[in-house]
Amino acid sequence: MTAPPPLPKWADLFVLPVINLLVAFFICGLIILALGENPISALVVMVKGAFVYPGSLGYTLYYTTNFIFTALAVAIAFHAMMFNIGGEGQAALGGLGGGLVCLWLAPSLPAGIVLPLAILGAAAFGAAWGVVPGYLQARRGSHIVITTIMFNFIAASLMVWLLGGPLLQQGQQSPQTEAFEPAGQMPKMHDLLGGLGIETTSSPLNLSFVLALLVLVGFWVLIWRTRLGYEIRTVGHNPDAAHYAGINVPRTIIVAMAIAGGLAGLMSINELQGVQHRVILDFTAGYGFTGIAVALMGRNHPIGIFLASLLFGALYQGGSELDFEFQSITRDMVLLIQGMIILFSGALAYMFNPPLARFIARVAAKRLEARHV
Amino acid sequence: MSEFLFQALLTLDGTVRVATPLILCAMAGMFSERSGVIDISLEGKLLVGAFVAATIAYFTGSPWLAVFCAIGASVLVALIHGFACITHRGNQVVSGLAINILAAGVTVVVAIALFRQGGQTPILDRGDRFGPMEFWFVETLDPIPMLGAVYREFISGHNPITYLALLVVPASAYLLYRTRFGLRLRAVGEVPAAVDTAGVSVAWLRYRAVLLAGVLCGIAGAYLSIGQGAGFVPEMSAGKGYIALAAVIFGKWRPVPAFLACLMFGFLEALSARLQGIDLPLIGEAPTHLMLALPYIMTVLLLAGFIGRASPPAAIGVPYTK
Repeated sequence: MTAPPPLPKWADLFVLPVINLLVAFFICGLIILALGENPISALVVMVKGAFVYPGSLGYTLYYTTNFIFTALAVAIAFHAMMFNIGGEGQAALGGLGGGLVCLWLAPSLPAGIVLPLAILGAAAFGAAWGVVPGYLQARRGSHIVITTIMFNFIAASLMVWLLGGPLLQQGQQSPQTEAFEPAGQMPKMHDLLGGLGIETTSSPLNLSFVLALLVLVGFWVLIWRTRLGYEIRTVGHNPDAAHYAGINVPRTIIVAMAIAGGLAGLMSINELQGVQHRVILDFTAGYGFTGIAVALMGRNHPIGIFLASLLFGALYQGGSELDFEFQSITRDMVLLIQGMIILFSGALAYMFNPPLARFIARVAAKRLEARHV
Repeated sequence: MSEFLFQALLTLDGTVRVATPLILCAMAGMFSERSGVIDISLEGKLLVGAFVAATIAYFTGSPWLAVFCAIGASVLVALIHGFACITHRGNQVVSGLAINILAAGVTVVVAIALFRQGGQTPILDRGDRFGPMEFWFVETLDPIPMLGAVYREFISGHNPITYLALLVVPASAYLLYRTRFGLRLRAVGEVPAAVDTAGVSVAWLRYRAVLLAGVLCGIAGAYLSIGQGAGFVPEMSAGKGYIALAAVIFGKWRPVPAFLACLMFGFLEALSARLQGIDLPLIGEAPTHLMLALPYIMTVLLLAGFIGRASPPAAIGVPYTK
């Protein structure tokens, strides 16, 4: 077999991801069919559940917010050619940092001071949990994948211990802290919009969504418009070349992982300050892992990540509708779809590359021929 | 003193129980990783094996058939991993992650469709699963002090899969160090180009390693749902695949040290279960959370070179291109 012609950039960026996505959906459709339900009506229920029912868009965007943060945490590490599987642990620690700020300051200070400090606290604790694997990779040569996996488990144990012991709410059995005072709660979007005279259905969507959008823009500026971003990308492309060009490779890796941890930590603001209003156990609920899928689909670019986050937000919200409408399929279907998406747009990302490239080359050649005739 | 001995025996008994799936998964991970294929999908294969074993045992009542089907399902999952990592040279970590998430989803989805019990299988009857294997002479030896109790609690009375797991370790060591296949397997994880030059297929070797991992994880999964447990529960693998992976690293990708690491991790878990809420002299309340996190912490320290040095196979994670 001869080497396939290179794939045009537009096809690589748009056609290939769409094909991979469609294949993933198609296989999930087959599974739904095998379970004795109609995949088309399941899709309709999910789309309605994600966008049409009152308040559903708010829920979708609320989930989207989580994915934006965890996906950016994966993406920045990817730019430095590192695999950050530690989003779960970094987000959990972020929740701890932000939570401590709110528990400590919210009783005495106004929201205008507490919330920014909580955001900083979440980012700082998340960054701390990212920087250690980064340091171990850069200076001690441990594999970042393994270290971040281990750090997820260590974070989980730490949280179980803290929430079940030192931080446990008085007289509570389930592991959770005291509730945050109002000054430690992110304003809800429907309240803010209501204040402007726009009536919307209430949903968990809160100001963190705006924070996420700002962070997306900041991410673009950081990666493509700053010296640090240039260094991160250079290290990612070729660490040797980066070293000879005078870039401090270990330092860049450590900084990238610190930012990654901070970004993952911010996810907790949406969940805890936004909705739960206390630190609870397992609030990360796999968002850190899903962030990997989102980053893969979004090709580590803010616009791609926003679109992919929206897709996954819609999947999560639409998937919860499945519980009400069907006997045999539930929201767990979403995990399956998610796994398929990671498989096809991640691990098998280039399976359809050669055939697609051949097809496009053939069409282009035909067109050229037609023009000459 | 006899009370202490009894407690110690129960803890050791628990250690073996907890370590069984870890040992099988660690050997699986070792084969895969020694061939150069990173396997974080141990967890997913374990889960699929557990689900299929419980389901087949429920419908047929035959634990043996259940184990074979669990192996089949786990091998199928391993094939996906191989297809992505070996045939299509995909990212091995991404593939493993996809499999873990897929496994968590597919087991629950199918379980709900089949049983409508929130993702669980019905509780299995005693006859549908593996019970403890009583050895001979337990009654005869029982009156002998010490020896009788040790024989009854520690040597005899385990699950058949536990004894199988203990046999798998020397078998794995033999396969890896004393056979042609093992030699080539080790070579393909270090310098695949050399193996290729010698006219041996890199892809086929790696496929065999990955499939072997599938077989072992399938057995481990069956142990969870029809050996130790009595049915499938969502997420019942509960990170055991990852602990096994940690044990592989802790054992520096070698069978016997990895086995010892599994025993140590199993011991920590069994001990922490036993010490839950108990006050120890000098220390106060037993730090059970710390003990449960210790395997992960020690693995991190080892990888960072603070306690010994663990260097992975040279070609690990790198797809082979001619």
